Amino acid sequence: MHLLNVKEVVKDFQNHRALNKVSMDVPTGSIFGLLGPNGAGKTTLIRIINQITAPDSGEILFNGKKLTRNHIFRIGYLPEERGLYKKMKVGEQTLYLAQLKGMSHAEARKKLRSWFEKFEIDSWWNKRVEELSKGMQQKVQFIITVLHEPELLIFDEPFSGFDPINVNLLKHEIFRLKDKGATIIFSTHNMASVEELCDHICLINKSETLLSGKVSDIRSQFSTNLIQVGFEGDPKHLRSHLNKRFEIQEINENRISTAMIKLPEGCRPNELITELSYLTEIHSFNEVIPGMNDIFIRAVESASGKKTGYE
Amino acid sequence: MNKIALIIKREYLSRVRKRSFIIMSILGPLLFAGLMIMPAILASIEDKEVKKIAVIDKTTIFTSYAVSPPKSVIPETEYMKFINLNNADLDSLRENFDNTGYYAVLYIPENIFNSERAILYSNKQPSLDVSSHIENELEREMENMKLVAHDIDNLEEILRNIETSIHVSNIKWTREGKEKKSNTGLVMGIGYASGLMIYMFIFIYGSMVMRGVIEEKTSRIVEIIVSSVKPFQLMMGKIIGVGMVGLTQFLIWVIFTGVLVAGTSAFMGPGMQGQENAVTQTAGNELFSERIETPAPVQEMADDKQFLYDIIGSFESIEPFRILIAFIFFFLFGYLMYGSLFAIIGSAVDNETETQQFMLPVTLPLVLGIILMANVMNNPDGPLAFWFSMFPLTSPVIMMVRIPFEVPLWEVLLSAGLLIFTILGSVWMAGKIYRTGILMYGKKVNYKELWKWLKYNN
Repeated sequence: MHLLNVKEVVKDFQNHRALNKVSMDVPTGSIFGLLGPNGAGKTTLIRIINQITAPDSGEILFNGKKLTRNHIFRIGYLPEERGLYKKMKVGEQTLYLAQLKGMSHAEARKKLRSWFEKFEIDSWWNKRVEELSKGMQQKVQFIITVLHEPELLIFDEPFSGFDPINVNLLKHEIFRLKDKGATIIFSTHNMASVEELCDHICLINKSETLLSGKVSDIRSQFSTNLIQVGFEGDPKHLRSHLNKRFEIQEINENRISTAMIKLPEGCRPNELITELSYLTEIHSFNEVIPGMNDIFIRAVESASGKKTGYE
Repeated sequence: MNKIALIIKREYLSRVRKRSFIIMSILGPLLFAGLMIMPAILASIEDKEVKKIAVIDKTTIFTSYAVSPPKSVIPETEYMKFINLNNADLDSLRENFDNTGYYAVLYIPENIFNSERAILYSNKQPSLDVSSHIENELEREMENMKLVAHDIDNLEEILRNIETSIHVSNIKWTREGKEKKSNTGLVMGIGYASGLMIYMFIFIYGSMVMRGVIEEKTSRIVEIIVSSVKPFQLMMGKIIGVGMVGLTQFLIWVIFTGVLVAGTSAFMGPGMQGQENAVTQTAGNELFSERIETPAPVQEMADDKQFLYDIIGSFESIEPFRILIAFIFFFLFGYLMYGSLFAIIGSAVDNETETQQFMLPVTLPLVLGIILMANVMNNPDGPLAFWFSMFPLTSPVIMMVRIPFEVPLWEVLLSAGLLIFTILGSVWMAGKIYRTGILMYGKKVNYKELWKWLKYNN
């Protein structure tokens, strides 16, 4: 079941095509990472989903139905370029923005109060926004985004400008929202947080979809077949015996040495274990799973035809 | 609640509660009332000082010896005393002038009938009141003497009979065959004031829209808002909200000024007439300022009253209510048009310093309206007045100048229609450019770029 289907969306600006037949399916209840280098078209796509701009062609389905103006109330959006009215008081401003999202005054007030308590910012209610620090303002913006309990949440670089404590607070809230059934689209350059949060991703590069799917699938798809082995024994001995079938990329000699060994195509890890068990004392045996950071760089660089250091 | 109403409410309240708005609301009327009342107050303060004027009458014919000590024939007023010093020496007077306490020395030479000149010596510029009083009285005295020389019977009686004072009352024939009193000076004053006010309001509140748009852009709240409402709703909400601020300010000014003027007039009590003179004088009534010099004080009082009735009568003929309605219409719609143009500028730039290149074409027609005002007032039915009160970019100012002069209804309606038609176009155009512009950062925008935005179909 998908909450959002983006189908072959095209968007042209005067001199370039911002999105070229971009498709992605966001499963209901997932945290979906929308990735891509700067200028890839992420913000344009997000704006199209928010109906700030319209696509030139292609369509977007929300819960299986064509996206319309009414869906605005069911989406919460935290833009990357975000700000607040500086001269306006925090309480008044959050109330205003909540009402623009279709909430009643009373309902907005009640929910705001409970969020303010949760974030321990009650005392800010009557402060002007310009009196708050940037991090404080971002807390307020986060509350505004999630206050109307939207089914779809779109966060564009949500953690920039937060200290680690508040990043954790936010992550905690994002997981809680997910548990309550919200679907979250998460656009970021911070690959560590993608690994930590996302279960699906879509990687856009130069206006086109490069990768799309479950994070676990993509990572195994990008698997390098590298095994890290910790062993006790003579590295030369290991080298001379394994080199016929396996490619030993490097060995760090120590009391317990580590070796990076590449499995040939079609070879299962057990075969290596069998070989190794004759040669050395195995202390550890791990498959090296590529990080999202590596995947990102490899995918983007190979798409632009560059030679990468991994191949 | 309707979203556009929410936006209007925020735009309105956030400005009305500002300290600057409250200060302007109080200062504005004080300023206007001051402009109306000050001349009267100043005049009355100035006149309080009693001026002693020494008269050296070499002819002695302007001196009445019937009383002791002899007096000059120039009548004294409350604040002007004339002291006869026929025997004094002009040179010694000059040397001791500072110690004598005289305001001035009037020297009437023996040959005054030939030269028609007298001299008023003083160490500072004598006030206009003093010199005109002396001139008038000497003239009258000399005219009388010349008449007496003709040896006419019953001269005094004849003189009393022929003394005349004419005031031309304008009465307009309306289409319905009624007669209406009118007063050119008052009409011009009102036309001028309304034209200027429209210009001021459009400028102040138009650029307020622009600054509001820039504020939303630079504070980066705009993307949060347009993910909830359409850019067009945000723009219209802002324009309407700010317009209502302008209207509120205007109504506060009208009411407050009225209260202030009425209150001060009541407080000043008997001095009222002087003020009314001042008021009408500031309204540009030259006729009246000449009449003020009528010699006989009793006559003057009566004239003043008659004149006041005239003013009130002609004020009624101008129909202040009609002008107010027209003002509010042309203010609102003129503002709506310029407001949308200012919104375009605000959306196209990143900060206020970049607005310069776009400001000129918007402000030019407004300033043109002000430049043409004098011309239009001199000939309110001429072709210049007609065409510029039809052209939508100048019509709010020019039509407002013309309206007190009674413009044919069809012209007003045509002008209003053209204005509304243009507004539809300018608002549509603003909406298209605005929604692209507000999300565009760090880009140097030129007219070509704006034209492209206009053609986007997002």
